[in-house]
Amino acid sequence: MHPRPSPQGKPVSLFVTCIVDMIYPQTGMSVVKILEHLGVEVDFPLGQTCCGQPAFNSGYQDEARVVARQFLRAFKDAQVIVTPSGSCCAMVRHEYPRLFADDPVLHAEAERIASLTWEFTEYLVDGLGITDLGLRLPQPQTVAFHDACHGLRLLKLGAASRALMQHTENATVVDLPNCDVCCGFGGLFAVKMAEVSSAMLEQKCSDIDACAADTIITGDASCLTQMNGGLSRRGSSKRVRHVADVLADALPEVSHAE
Amino acid sequence: MQNNANSFVALADIGIHDPDQRQAVAVGTIRAYDKRRAAMFADGHEHGEALRQQAAEAKRRALRCLPELLEQAEANMIANGFTVLWARDADEANRHVVEIAQRHGVKTVAKGKSMATEEIALNHALEAVGLHITETDLGEFIIQLNHEPPSHIVAPVIHKTKPQIRDIFVRELGMPPTDDAGEMVAFARRVLREKFLNADLGVTGGNFIIAETGSLCLVTNEGNGRLCSTMPDVHVAVVGIEKIVETVEDYATLTQVLSRSGTGQNLTVYTNILNGPRRADEADGPSHVYVILLDNGRSDIYATDYAEVLACVRCGACQNACPVYRSTGGHAYGWVYGGPIGAVLTPLLVGLENASPLPHASSLCGACKEVCPVDIDLPRMLIDLRRDLVRQGHAPRAWKLGMKAWAVGMRSPRFYRWGGLAARLGRNKIARGNQLPGLLGNWTRHRDFPPFAEKPFRQLWAERQKAQSS
Repeated sequence: MHPRPSPQGKPVSLFVTCIVDMIYPQTGMSVVKILEHLGVEVDFPLGQTCCGQPAFNSGYQDEARVVARQFLRAFKDAQVIVTPSGSCCAMVRHEYPRLFADDPVLHAEAERIASLTWEFTEYLVDGLGITDLGLRLPQPQTVAFHDACHGLRLLKLGAASRALMQHTENATVVDLPNCDVCCGFGGLFAVKMAEVSSAMLEQKCSDIDACAADTIITGDASCLTQMNGGLSRRGSSKRVRHVADVLADALPEVSHAE
Repeated sequence: MQNNANSFVALADIGIHDPDQRQAVAVGTIRAYDKRRAAMFADGHEHGEALRQQAAEAKRRALRCLPELLEQAEANMIANGFTVLWARDADEANRHVVEIAQRHGVKTVAKGKSMATEEIALNHALEAVGLHITETDLGEFIIQLNHEPPSHIVAPVIHKTKPQIRDIFVRELGMPPTDDAGEMVAFARRVLREKFLNADLGVTGGNFIIAETGSLCLVTNEGNGRLCSTMPDVHVAVVGIEKIVETVEDYATLTQVLSRSGTGQNLTVYTNILNGPRRADEADGPSHVYVILLDNGRSDIYATDYAEVLACVRCGACQNACPVYRSTGGHAYGWVYGGPIGAVLTPLLVGLENASPLPHASSLCGACKEVCPVDIDLPRMLIDLRRDLVRQGHAPRAWKLGMKAWAVGMRSPRFYRWGGLAARLGRNKIARGNQLPGLLGNWTRHRDFPPFAEKPFRQLWAERQKAQSS
């Protein structure tokens, strides 16, 4: 494993992920606002598309390689790569080096890029060493966390986003029962094994409905889509929001006003 | 056992829509999951993790020199008085047991809990030659009465509720109706006692074989393994060749993680280390003990990149942790092994083409790896098996074309933008509402799908850059 250079004092190249780009662009803007609030210079490499995970996880490794190569090209000049997704981050960090194991040049490049890549909350807390962003939610809010699987198990995330919220004024953090159990998304699993996926989702929605929080926070837009799709279908008033969006709500007004 | 793994999707539907089973499996697995966590980390997280890594290392070390250890184990077991037989496949293993039964004039067989004998469908083979077999593990006994296979490695009847078990006992054994679990167990115990006392042959599996001492190790909680291996005059143990460990110390480590991971106990109630048949100066025990070392596809796995799966100690922790298994139950997997270990092991043992849905029967959440006492990277193997499915041509043509098209779209930022625009128009303008066409219809059957943003992030970014520079 490549040593991980400190990201402090370096500009950030945002990997927004395809799903945030197309469905949740405001989440990408939330990340930008928070980083700029901290005085970090943000850049958006226009060559970026997808990390390749849909193909990789379905067994189409040749296709995943094609897409991963585009990622390596798009971010070749990046000093630090930050992404609002534990899953896509894990793809780059864990799978890229394996994906290119048989090509010394690409493998070295994959290792280098992997060492520069951070999930958003991990970058703030572990990378910059900041847990108190000086944030205040406009209204008191009770929140709980759902730990998205790849972030939790491959990147050991979870503590970072909780710490960030605990340091946010007006936020009360409570526990979501079974917060570490999968929501049933699993990428193409959700359509390939739709009945199983929705059985898992049903359990997750019941846990969310039983939880004291109105807002469930998670770090992956994909799992959020699954959970909100289930919650709205069952008529629940609860919603899952991306951690970056909740934190951006708590930014001082000045940053909002641009 | 007959393999129905290719019917996973249909079998999973049955499990998902059986409320009794869903409830029973959820309660059973979650209880076992919580107990495992408490037992593994009773002395702190670090200690539990260290124990797990020590166990993983012990198994990996044994696998690295498996051929040598098998020979050492065989020599030491023979020196202890065991008769050691080798079985290349299920048929050969079953033939061995039939021959042993015939040689010793066996009529009735008491069987302890064993997954290896499920794998080779030993009961069928013995019944075919007119023998009478009783499963003596309580859970196995219940499902034998109900003519079902086990649905869980450790808790074979985890999918049944108490009233269902009562009904089976009443129907099959004439038990006086009762809703008291204690009374049901006492009733079964009386029936089973007779079987133990009258059995001519005891059949068990084996949890470990210690190479350096030639010992056969069995763990059970009800004592059925001990009774089957000591009461009848002849004992046969059918043991997979991957169950060899190098030293007594390794065994001590592994039996701890097996008990803690399987049932949340520091040690199981009965821990047996068998060192051969009754000696001349001993009053009790069988006069003959046969150990059948079963390959049945294991050495083929050993030669592949999946060899690590042979480290499995059959604790069932991955089944308890798996949200897919919790939803579908174990019968959905169509063969002996359900849950994540089954999703990996079954395709490797019966052939990928005969179990092609199983590698996809996972959201890749990683809970299985997290709880595995020997740290088998099951999610990685599932991904690799999916790759093998594609490479060996077992993937549907439509998926292949779809993936190719997707990769073309994602390899170039321009195609990506067009693809995004098409997806947005398709979703927002054409397929308005809650029902999407094609594969996405599988999504919207159960959940809503959000509209695409009118402006993707890259457009918002470009507009922002323009505004800031002007």
